[in-house]
Amino acid sequence: MIELTPDEWVAIRLSLWIALWATLGALPAGIAVAWLLARRNFWGKAVVDGIVHLPLVLPPVVTGYLLLISFGRKGPIGAFLADYFGIVFSFRWTGAALACAVMGFPLLVRAIRLSIEAIDRKLEDAAATLGATRSWVFLTVTLPLALPGVIAGMVLCFAKALGEFGATITFVSNIPGETQTISAAIYTYTNVPGGDAAAGRLVLVAIAIALLALIVSEWFARRAGTRIHGE
Amino acid sequence: MRVLAVDVEKRLGNFAIAAAFATEGRATALFGTSGSGKTSIVNMVAGLLAPDRGRITFGGMVLFDSGKRIDVPPERRGIGYVFQEGRLFPHLSVAANLDYGRWMRARPRDAAANRRVVDLLGIGHLLARRPGALSGGERQRVAIGRALLMDPQLLLLDEPLASLDAAKKREILPYLVRLRDESGVPMIYVSHQAAEIRRIATSVVLIDGGRVSACGGLDLLDAAAADMLA
Repeated sequence: MIELTPDEWVAIRLSLWIALWATLGALPAGIAVAWLLARRNFWGKAVVDGIVHLPLVLPPVVTGYLLLISFGRKGPIGAFLADYFGIVFSFRWTGAALACAVMGFPLLVRAIRLSIEAIDRKLEDAAATLGATRSWVFLTVTLPLALPGVIAGMVLCFAKALGEFGATITFVSNIPGETQTISAAIYTYTNVPGGDAAAGRLVLVAIAIALLALIVSEWFARRAGTRIHGE
Repeated sequence: MRVLAVDVEKRLGNFAIAAAFATEGRATALFGTSGSGKTSIVNMVAGLLAPDRGRITFGGMVLFDSGKRIDVPPERRGIGYVFQEGRLFPHLSVAANLDYGRWMRARPRDAAANRRVVDLLGIGHLLARRPGALSGGERQRVAIGRALLMDPQLLLLDEPLASLDAAKKREILPYLVRLRDESGVPMIYVSHQAAEIRRIATSVVLIDGGRVSACGGLDLLDAAAADMLA
């Protein structure tokens, strides 16, 4: 068994915490956007689709910088949120979660959208004839049937958030105990003399977490699949 | 009996529907060849397809009127619909499927009605199962039960037997006849099978190329069937 120093534990806990909040925070918007893209036609749909996918193709540093100038203390959105709601992102773990949520968002939306598109719309029509309003159709038919996709999307988003580095470090820097995730800690350790052992330990932890997440998600998706398609 | 009056126009690609009929039959058949527009017409009655122009009323209630810009959404029409392919919710048990309409329409639980429909259709032993574990005939019976238990004012059945083999059809036909005689809900029955219609329908609307070519009694079938063979 590997021995971890308190600092390393802090980085691991912080990583999991940030990834968890990034995933949960992105989920409602992710489901809403995925549904819109899968089921509605509206003016500017291609633009929305493009913006959602932008973090996937932009250099993460660019995404981080854009977050910094918009959600930073002096950025228009950041200043507004700080003044009126007391929500501060810059150099806080919340900012790291925001950066991770933005980076994971395209993966989340993509997985959910595909699973919604795969649902037979005729089932939604049938629900409507049985008296279900549009929101009830969504809650009782669309969402449960899309559940495997929702879980897959959450796992992808969580994994992306765990590994996120470029956007986070650009937006909220690399502060131990506040914004220093596993990735950032490994980066720091590899830059100091004698840090190889610590970096190596965190690398092993990162591999273990990633494997565990994959196994858990596979199990959930299988369970949801059998729940839907009967025994 | 309440009157269903349909007068609609709808263009679908290069196929045009222009159908007008009124019926107050207990069981009215929409009879015509495949692709004659029957399903589109019942979809318009159900509110799943909006006509380009026209008017649909049932028992004095306006369901659609392009002139007055009325289009009651399907969930407020109270019209039950049995689809050709059943369309049961795969993630819900048979019991939950049957209960879905009552739940969505916020009706009180009615154990007696429930038992009556379950007995009528002979689906009591299936309640705990999932739709994926049902045979084709069982699935259609559950679909009929689901539409009935929403307590509809009108029941649409779109070729409910089309996906079944001859033996299964014989299995379900008696249930449909009992349904007509015992449920008290007027039915619109879509089919291209004259034999089925003879068993179930009390009046007939002939559909041909998106238009109504005749309305009347079961005797219309003889001439129509002869035409279709010719």
